[in-house]
Amino acid sequence: MTLDDAIGTADLSPSSTGEIRQETMVINMGPQHPSTHGVLRLLLELDGETVLACEPIVGYLHTGIEKNTEYRTWQQGVTFVTRADYLSPFFNEVGYCLAVEKLLGIEAPPRAQVLRVLFCEMNRIASHLVWLATSGLELGAVSVMLYGFREREQILDIFEAATGLRMNHAYVRIGGVVMDLPDRGADRIGDFLTMMPGRIDEYERLLTKNPIWMQRNIGVGPLGAADARALGVTGPVLRAAGVPADVRRDEPYCGYETYEFDVVTRDSGDCFARYEVRIGEMRQSLKLVEQCLERLREPGPVMVEDPKVRWPAQLEVGPDGIGNSARYIEHIMEESMEALIHHFKMVTEGVSVPSGEVYVPVESPRGELGFYVVSDGGNRPYRVRMRDPSFANLQAVPQMVRGGLVADVIAVISSIDPVLGGVDR
Amino acid sequence: MNVDHLAERVRRSHPDVVVARGEATVLVGRDGLLEALRTFRDDEELRLDFLASVTATDWPGRDPRFRVVYELLSAEHHHRLRVKVGLPEDDVRVPSVTGLFPTANWHERETYDFFGVAFEGHPNLRRILLPEGWEGWPLRKTEELGGVDTRYHGAFIPPVDRRTR
Amino acid sequence: MPVERLEGFRTGKTGEESQEEFERGLLMTTLDKAVSWARKQSMWPVTFGLACCAIEMMATGAGDYDLSRWGMELFRASPRQADLMIVAGRVSQKMAPVLRTIYDQMPEPKWVISMGVCASAGGMFTNYAVVQGVDTIVPVDIYVPGCPPKPEMLMYGILRLHEKVRTEGRFK
Repeated sequence: MTLDDAIGTADLSPSSTGEIRQETMVINMGPQHPSTHGVLRLLLELDGETVLACEPIVGYLHTGIEKNTEYRTWQQGVTFVTRADYLSPFFNEVGYCLAVEKLLGIEAPPRAQVLRVLFCEMNRIASHLVWLATSGLELGAVSVMLYGFREREQILDIFEAATGLRMNHAYVRIGGVVMDLPDRGADRIGDFLTMMPGRIDEYERLLTKNPIWMQRNIGVGPLGAADARALGVTGPVLRAAGVPADVRRDEPYCGYETYEFDVVTRDSGDCFARYEVRIGEMRQSLKLVEQCLERLREPGPVMVEDPKVRWPAQLEVGPDGIGNSARYIEHIMEESMEALIHHFKMVTEGVSVPSGEVYVPVESPRGELGFYVVSDGGNRPYRVRMRDPSFANLQAVPQMVRGGLVADVIAVISSIDPVLGGVDR
Repeated sequence: MNVDHLAERVRRSHPDVVVARGEATVLVGRDGLLEALRTFRDDEELRLDFLASVTATDWPGRDPRFRVVYELLSAEHHHRLRVKVGLPEDDVRVPSVTGLFPTANWHERETYDFFGVAFEGHPNLRRILLPEGWEGWPLRKTEELGGVDTRYHGAFIPPVDRRTR
Repeated sequence: MPVERLEGFRTGKTGEESQEEFERGLLMTTLDKAVSWARKQSMWPVTFGLACCAIEMMATGAGDYDLSRWGMELFRASPRQADLMIVAGRVSQKMAPVLRTIYDQMPEPKWVISMGVCASAGGMFTNYAVVQGVDTIVPVDIYVPGCPPKPEMLMYGILRLHEKVRTEGRFK
């Protein structure tokens, strides 16, 4: 019997003998709710405090990103796609650009690939920090919220110095990345690397052996490996169930096969296992960032040379954000007419991508983020479909909360770490 | 298994296989879809047991107009296969694969929501991302982007799909 | 210790204001000012974070850019206990009735800050799915542009709202 049937057949007339009736209660959680991690709506059928059935209703953040990309050039698609899963913008950009580069048949220069890995891994740490902060807040550990955002501010400062924006940077472009690291950027990242492991130890000291945290998370929301695979779950939720599936290891991109890192797994498949997996992933990301910094010692180009593909401008981060560098503006306005015309053509018309279709997966902090991109040979995408990990992961929620308490629903949702921007796009 | 071996293996049962840019795509007919997916899932060498995404593309002016695209992954062998089904304009329905892959539930609802593709046998085929009662299938090429005009201090800018290039 | 005043903020009374005060009587204007001061001193926002701007709003409330300097770190989940709605993020068509319901559930006096370009004017998403400006649904007091606005920008918007509340007379 579906939830709709249950509501339709409930007998709501008052009892004539005055006896007490037992019936289940259907309540609504969200879409405006402090603990649902965004605009997620859950219909819960409750028997007292026990959850009998749950139906997630999504779509409250649907933005029409996929339709919008069909009306813009390929380069402009980066700015749209980066706002889908807004907590991991670099992953969206990297996935999209890898797909377009696969269609074009080009590869970004090695230094650009290292920069992509560097920023992706720092983004992974930032995203897991938001997860930790909001999870802690939702389960009652309010100070974790402040600690998580404190570290995240450090990462966002580095992002701002390198890309000009704290979030939704359009930094990764087709053919590479748009700018190199600023002066002393590597030093700042190095300082961050020395500070961060101690902070992760701090979180573990606060939470891992904490009896309240353990009681709220151990055994809550179990999801076995077979169920997870059948429901299309990927990412830390799947790795917490014991399956060592990681796109960076199985189908490497951007040179991940040359880096040394472990795929963190646990066996129990409950919320606590997912917590441990994400903490472990933060440490692995720090290892990867360190290896990236080693490789960035040699200079090199960060964008392909092909003038039909590369972004024409030289950008730099000024006092009010990212923009064309003064030297470049001088060049196109005063020195070279061809450069001005080329700049104009590339910005308005953009790249022409040969026709075809590709599917490129990347490992975002939430799971497998896939880009299915179709081109018809023009300068606009024909179809950009984002296979978002949270969209598939949320399908597992009814399974995980059945038989648990209402308070466990919160713990389960926060352990999946959905980002509704990606779910609804 | 590398992509050429994969293509050879698939060609034994389904001859319409294209390999491009390191990816294999097989075209199946609507009636043979469930059988094909079951074969791909249960064959020991293919073992394509993870459905990553279900979506559709719209090619107005071509026949078949719609193509429903399934992305399959093998957890064991780490290879991928794309399965495409063509649907004509006047008969936009295809069997639902939720019996084989429970994860297809929401993906098929989204494809229905965006393109109007009816999945027969789906347990709960309703709109998922757009409000209930929305009319139209927004991602079809014949539908407009739907923006509003911008008027500001005497300037007028139409929405992006009605601007001249 | 000298207090730094931001540009554009009033620091003293003009001639017309003194005249107006005299006409309305001393008691009403003092009560007026006291009430307005109290209202702006600790405005409680309702949690209405939708998308990327919500993360920046959380960052504004967190330790580095601290909203609790103005008594606002406590985001109320229930709109019945809040007096400020910061619409942070893109409002989709499905969410619009929910937004209006939450706004209606807030008790008077209430204010709305539209944070980010998506809430102010639809942002980059001029399409079928996004409401082109939340002021088509609710009356907005302050628009904060940005995609997303930095926490400092949001704080400036909040301070302008405080000035607006402090200087508007409610007992006319």
